[in-house]
Amino acid sequence: MFTGEQIAALFAELGVTHVVTVPDSTIGKWGDDIANTSGLRLVRVCREGEAWAVAAGLYFGGARPLVLIQCTGLFESGDSLRNVLHDWKIPIFSVIGYRSFLNQDTLPGDTCLVFTEPLLDAWKIEYKLITTASQAGEICDHYRACFAAGKPGCALIAEGKA
Amino acid sequence: MSDAAMPLRGAMEVLREHRAPGDVMVTSMGSAREWIAMGESNPLDFIFVPSSMGQAPSLALGIALAQPARRVFACNGDGSTLMNLGALATISAESPANLILLVMDNGVYEVTGAQPTPGSALGRPDKRGVDFAEIARACGWKSVYRFRDLEDWQEAAADCINAPGPVFIALEVAPVPGAVGPKSPGPTIDRARSFRSALSVPKN
Repeated sequence: MFTGEQIAALFAELGVTHVVTVPDSTIGKWGDDIANTSGLRLVRVCREGEAWAVAAGLYFGGARPLVLIQCTGLFESGDSLRNVLHDWKIPIFSVIGYRSFLNQDTLPGDTCLVFTEPLLDAWKIEYKLITTASQAGEICDHYRACFAAGKPGCALIAEGKA
Repeated sequence: MSDAAMPLRGAMEVLREHRAPGDVMVTSMGSAREWIAMGESNPLDFIFVPSSMGQAPSLALGIALAQPARRVFACNGDGSTLMNLGALATISAESPANLILLVMDNGVYEVTGAQPTPGSALGRPDKRGVDFAEIARACGWKSVYRFRDLEDWQEAAADCINAPGPVFIALEVAPVPGAVGPKSPGPTIDRARSFRSALSVPKN
């Protein structure tokens, strides 16, 4: 849906300084362009729970981090995001890949479709579902609205077919 | 010199002696409890309570990356380290020269009643505990140390914390009998705000 160049330009335009990430087959293709963009630093972590804590430390230190993970990583990282977003009220924005949303050819019956959106609701993370590249502006608007309100937010990027 | 592991309080007092103005101190679990009990707090203390267990080194990594001019200490338990072992690889990949991680290795989940961790000699059929210093070395940390005796740690501390970073220090400490978990020293939202504000003041 998006090229790495488009995403890197969008993050830079939003003033993001660090992208803390675990790749999947969609968002992982953006890594090189993010890493090669002036003003953006890509921080690769081993597991998604780490991403929220690293982002929290960056935020404390005055940076503007963003967490970039797949929805399976959202499932993995529940306690860490609970601690960062809710115990400490740190307004981290995330971009989360929504596995199999556009088709299920690779993983028929993928339960990511069952659990992702209810889980975001359960964690009280306001998200915008992005299904086409024409919605890039909605990511920017949602990021800026969350930033201004000092609250976490998420752009949920449909995956499965460009 | 005895063969007994050093007392946690003594290990932490060494850190207090060597902490310089402008240094950040992240503590969690037992180390947070001791740090709070040891006296007056510093605006650059981050008592990571409540925490997500295992995430103190990751949080410290974020601070270290955002503030490369500051030295950042992080104190973690051995059970916490096991819970987020990948952080050792993440940190060495980023290789922040200003990060010092101390693992207080007592072999047990102290605050839940001293059950052995899967990494401790007590918790394994072969009675051979996991060597965290060797794991850190294998992950590529720049400087790695391990101490069991308090006098040895006291003597070497200055050299260790001034060694090329990231620095990993495993301290074998004795469990504190009957120890409970630390209490949050205040509302998290206020503490988050004041810590961020303290970090916004440039280091002299």
